[in-house]
Parts: sequence; structure tokens; C-alpha cells
Amino acid sequence: MSIWEYANPVKFMRTSGAILPWVVAGAAACTVTGLVWGFLTPEDYKQGATVKIIFLHVPAALMAINIWLMMLVTSLIWLIRRHHVSALAAKAAAPVGAVMTLIALITGAIWGQPMWGTWWEWDPRLTSFLILFLFYLGYMALWEAVENPDSAADLTGVLCLVGSVFALLSRYAVNFWNQGLHQGASLSMAPGERMAAVYRYPLYLTMAGFFLLFLALLLIRTRTEIRRRRLAALLARENRA
Amino acid sequence: MTELGKYAGTVLAAYGASLVLLIGIVVQTVLANARARRELQEHERRG
Repeated sequence: MSIWEYANPVKFMRTSGAILPWVVAGAAACTVTGLVWGFLTPEDYKQGATVKIIFLHVPAALMAINIWLMMLVTSLIWLIRRHHVSALAAKAAAPVGAVMTLIALITGAIWGQPMWGTWWEWDPRLTSFLILFLFYLGYMALWEAVENPDSAADLTGVLCLVGSVFALLSRYAVNFWNQGLHQGASLSMAPGERMAAVYRYPLYLTMAGFFLLFLALLLIRTRTEIRRRRLAALLARENRA
Repeated sequence: MTELGKYAGTVLAAYGASLVLLIGIVVQTVLANARARRELQEHERRG
């Protein structure tokens, strides 16, 4: 069996339909349990109750970057092998990525105000995240602006390649430039920097929940795009007849 | 019930805004999928 079999829309619809209920159940269980558990964690000695924001901010930021990287992979598959399902998967992922980026930006601003004394700072990580959000908006706008779906997939694929620089930058900006307000990795394994277990375990659970939520939304949205494409093909065939 | 202390507004604003966005994308996804399925089924039924 080859992974390229799933480039066949019929095979994709059949397989995704079978696994979707399990993914939805897993996403709901992990996200709800993780967020409730996180909300009930004790106050941090330094940050007080604001530490509870980490259970939204970190998983959303993680997904914001990784969704763009997933779009990069599927866009490359489209550009190289011309598999329609991969282009539609990239298109389907973008709105979810934009929402995750927006959650990371909003929760970061809300968290930053009491901890840093400012809602916003032109710090390397914050700025690259804002640019990543603008890339998501531009990517979605480009899909809507180009009428021919294959041309739209080509152009958005190239845009995705360019935007990947900012996706990687938003992850490693703190390491590149040793300045700004934002701290380094939240889940450092270095001795003395490791997060306390009381926060670490619910954080792992919400990260798993956000990943499964993205997967569920990706499958549903790709199925929607396949149906829309099939309907457009049927209408075009009728118009030609 | 958990104690939020002087940061109650901050924490609740972060959770509220995030939940609105998450629920929004879920609802939009489900409605768009239902609409696409219905339109395709109607078209295929008409032949």
C-alpha cells in the first residue's frame, strides 16, 4: 500500500469518513479535559493565575507554525506531483491555521499586559507571528481571487514557500536574536528549566487536543473542498454539453 | 472552584476570546461541509 493512494479523492473520502468519528471524539476529549484541568491548576508563585493562559497560548502557537509547515508539504506535493487532494488539503488547513495564530496573538497580548506591562512589543517572535498571520490572510485571499483552481493552487503553493520563512522564523526568532520580551522554549528539557509537572501534564493534553482538533477540522474541510470541486466539475460538464 | 484572584479578568478574557474563535471555526466548518454535501447530493439526484 502506498501513501499516494490517498491522492485519489474516492479513496480519501472513504478512509477519512471511517476515521473521522474517532478523531472528533479524541479531539473533544483531550481539548475539553486539558482545558478544564489547566483552568483548575494552582497559581504560579510568579505569574499568579495568568499561568492558566499557557494552556491556550502554547498549543495555539505550536499549531499555528506547524499548520503552515503542513501546508508547505502538501503544496510541494501539488507543485511536484500534481495531486489535487494535497492542494485542497492545504487550502482547507489555512483558515484553521489563521484562527490558531489569532488565538496565540490575542492570548499573548492579554497575558503580556500584566506580566510585561504592555499589550504589544515589536519583539522578534511577536512580529514574526504577526507577519505569519498576515501570510495566512493573504494565502486565503489568493485562493478566492484566482478563478482557475489549478492556477490558484500553483500561486498559493509559491506563496506558501515564501511564508515558510516566517513560520520558521516565528519558531526560532528568539534563538536568532537574543533580544525582546518573549522567553525561549516553554517546554525546555534543560535541568532547572523544566516546567513543573502540575502544569506540564495538562499542557501535553491540550497540545494533543489542539492537534486532534486540527486533524478533525482538516479532514472535514478537505472533504468539503472535494465535494465543491466535484460539483463544479459536474456543472462545467453540463454547460459544455 | 479555582481562585483567579486579581487576574480573573485577564484569564477569563483569554479563555473567552479563544473559545469564541475555536467554536466559530468548528461551527463554520460543519455548516460549510453540510451545505457542500447537500448541494452535491441534490445535483446528483437531479442527474
